[in-house]
Amino acid sequence: MPELKRHDNRLGIWGWLGGGRWGMERYAYILHRVTGLGILAYFLMHICVTSLRAWGIYLWTGEGAFLDAPVFKVGEFLVFSAFAFHAFNGVRLILVELGFAVGKPIEPVYPYKSSLHVQRPLFLAMMVLAAVFFAAGSYEFWHGLAR
Amino acid sequence: MRETKYWTWFMAAGLLILALLGLHMVVMHLGSLTHLFAAHPDQPSVAQANSQARDASLFFTLSYVVLLGAGLFHGLYGLRVVVFELSLKPAAEKALSALLLVVGLGLFGLGTYAAFAAHGRAAGASPAVASVAGASLAGRS
Repeated sequence: MPELKRHDNRLGIWGWLGGGRWGMERYAYILHRVTGLGILAYFLMHICVTSLRAWGIYLWTGEGAFLDAPVFKVGEFLVFSAFAFHAFNGVRLILVELGFAVGKPIEPVYPYKSSLHVQRPLFLAMMVLAAVFFAAGSYEFWHGLAR
Repeated sequence: MRETKYWTWFMAAGLLILALLGLHMVVMHLGSLTHLFAAHPDQPSVAQANSQARDASLFFTLSYVVLLGAGLFHGLYGLRVVVFELSLKPAAEKALSALLLVVGLGLFGLGTYAAFAAHGRAAGASPAVASVAGASLAGRS
């Protein structure tokens, strides 16, 4: 197999986080990575915890359940919020990757028009959907705490 | 070419997760709004009785296994892509790939065993739980 042509990532992790003067899609990219890593960390623990039910152990429910502590509830809410963003932004990324909503190729005539301008309505629509899902989850979360 | 194939699987797994994890989130976190698949609507979605009712359903058991596989591939491959961007040495990349493969297969084995064991316990130990779950899935409760 031929070797891949590689370029040094001299900025390292800062290369991901340094949004600088990029547009909002750049910040969505950073947030997508952060939420993805957060969801993965939770998911790996979630597999271990929920697998205990095979032996009749339910750490997340019942009187004085270990995972019923407020810190875990807040963590769970953060994971839900991360999912709302990551899922809807992920749909946008897949659509763009497959060539949808990027516009048709045009002559590069000054003042140049970026493809990002064509993509932005899709980004905004996905963020609105994520916000609606987040709002419904927030209602459920506070409703659960009040019970 | 191989990486292109993995990347395509990564996107396909993302869409599968969107559907299955979306359902999971609606059931678990919007339960008081939707009461979807709640065999015991008077109790929270995470209550043991509701957990066991879902475990008794073959649909939920199979969906957990598919979600587990898709989630592990999507998550661990995503982590691999992110870490590889840090310009690791080829030997380190190989070691990381092997480690992620072992972790992924190990957790998939554990989760799959647990899903089927919990299904067996819930469906076998208490036929009433299974019948309530079945009624709920059919939209009768």
